[in-house]
Amino acid sequence: MSPSLSLDLVSDVRQLLEFQFMVNALEAATIVAVLAGAVGWYMVLRRQSFAGHTLSVMAFPGATGAALAGIPTALGYYLACGAAAVAIGRSGRGSRTENAAIGTVQTAGLAAGFLFLSLGHAVLSGLETVLFGNILGVSSGQVLGLLVVAAVVLGLLAVGARPLLFATIDREVARASGVPVAALDVGFLLVLALAVAATSQITGALLVFALLVAPPAAAQVLTTRPLASLALSIAFAVLVAWLGLGIAYFSIYPVGFYITSIAFGLYLLARIGRRLART
Amino acid sequence: MLAHEFVRNAYLAGTAIALACGVVGWFVLLRAQLFAGDALSHVAFVGAVAAAAAGVDIRIGLFALTIGLAAVMAGLGRRGGADDAVIGMVFAWILGIGVLLLAVLSTSSGGGNAAIASTTLFGGIYELSASTAELAAAIALLVALGVAAMFRPLLLSTLDPELALVRGIPVGALGAGFLILVAVVTAESTQAVGALLLLGLLAAPAGAAHKLTTSPYRGVALSAVLAVLAMWGGLALSYAVPSLPASSAIIGLAAAGYVSASAVPTALRRAASAPRA
Repeated sequence: MSPSLSLDLVSDVRQLLEFQFMVNALEAATIVAVLAGAVGWYMVLRRQSFAGHTLSVMAFPGATGAALAGIPTALGYYLACGAAAVAIGRSGRGSRTENAAIGTVQTAGLAAGFLFLSLGHAVLSGLETVLFGNILGVSSGQVLGLLVVAAVVLGLLAVGARPLLFATIDREVARASGVPVAALDVGFLLVLALAVAATSQITGALLVFALLVAPPAAAQVLTTRPLASLALSIAFAVLVAWLGLGIAYFSIYPVGFYITSIAFGLYLLARIGRRLART
Repeated sequence: MLAHEFVRNAYLAGTAIALACGVVGWFVLLRAQLFAGDALSHVAFVGAVAAAAAGVDIRIGLFALTIGLAAVMAGLGRRGGADDAVIGMVFAWILGIGVLLLAVLSTSSGGGNAAIASTTLFGGIYELSASTAELAAAIALLVALGVAAMFRPLLLSTLDPELALVRGIPVGALGAGFLILVAVVTAESTQAVGALLLLGLLAAPAGAAHKLTTSPYRGVALSAVLAVLAMWGGLALSYAVPSLPASSAIIGLAAAGYVSASAVPTALRRAASAPRA
């Protein structure tokens, strides 16, 4: 029986939850969305989308390098993302060549990944999974692992939340007040790397970036109060993930398309909403 | 090795593309628009896939989509409109459309998209035909000439937009024109080094040049020379070591150049500051 969408919402939801793979996918997507909504909120506020995108494509050298070296794929993701975060963090925030460093890290990582791929004679179909994910193939064990990483990341973020916000909004005053600004720069990049490495194993490098950037940007358009905006960002991310997965289940087209489109649409709605509220 | 025609084609197209990337990249960094370059290069991939899905020449898709996105980003303007979150979102969305097109393509053509995906993402500089290489070289040289033509007004409008406006320089139009040149370079380089790797040719040589000199003329020249050297060295390396892909070798050398440039000024600064202390 192929799933069919009807006006009866209860039956739709029952169809969604009928298969274990779909339950796993929804659980994984929810954890990923909470993680992305929270970490991404800081990323957007700190204007580090370029660094965030660079960390999310490190999934590619991570996966291909792990395959070549014969180590677990997950370890490859963490090593590649962590190394990239350290390399970017060392370049120094706000310098003219910071962007050059990020761009160089990104392409050096991708070039290495391409080298690993051709050395390992791997087929390129694996590449599509790395870039675009396979959220419908998540196991229960992976969901559990994701939950552990999410708890660690959110814990670290909660500990550093206030000084990080201070250092982001007014760097100089924060530095003068004794906040370790430089350490926070590297620390935040490492937290971002951890979050991205954990989630891109499941969602692919592309999806995690869409979830990292769009819900926080929409939330920050709607309110400037930090806590409200952070909560809104997480709620938006979860909403986008659920809607995307739900629609994709009833469609023949990939999840990635729906999640990125809904995320973008949400941002546009937020912009339009604010403009209407102003007039 | 220059006896082979495919090697000559690679050197012809590669040299011109590296030159254009070096020149354009120096300004991209100065204008803090590298993330826009990142977006353009990823979108180039979607353009190629879209062209393949529509059954037209891949280059049409490459140029149409990158130039289109450059126009949109220029239209959003620098007045707080196109901040990095907006750029990130737009290109994540376009990549999402790319995923859809890939799915459509693989159901219609029975999985024949892997080759397109591979050459578009990672380039195939040794697979260029003579006519493609000549066209690529011509376009890249035109871009380099275009930047040279707008050099002084572009420099002034980047460093001091207010003063440039006072002097009657059309700052907005110049910025839009420059972004479109970036788009053309991106589309052209995608065929050589691939959508995922061309950012390295824009970023690394230019970054090294910015670290080594603050003089604009020397900076642009150095950036172009470093890019061309990385291209020549990478092509030679991958020719000598068959298991090394050309794109990886080129980007690897460019990145190594950036890393060594980062090391040099620190050592110089230490040496320079030691006697004074």
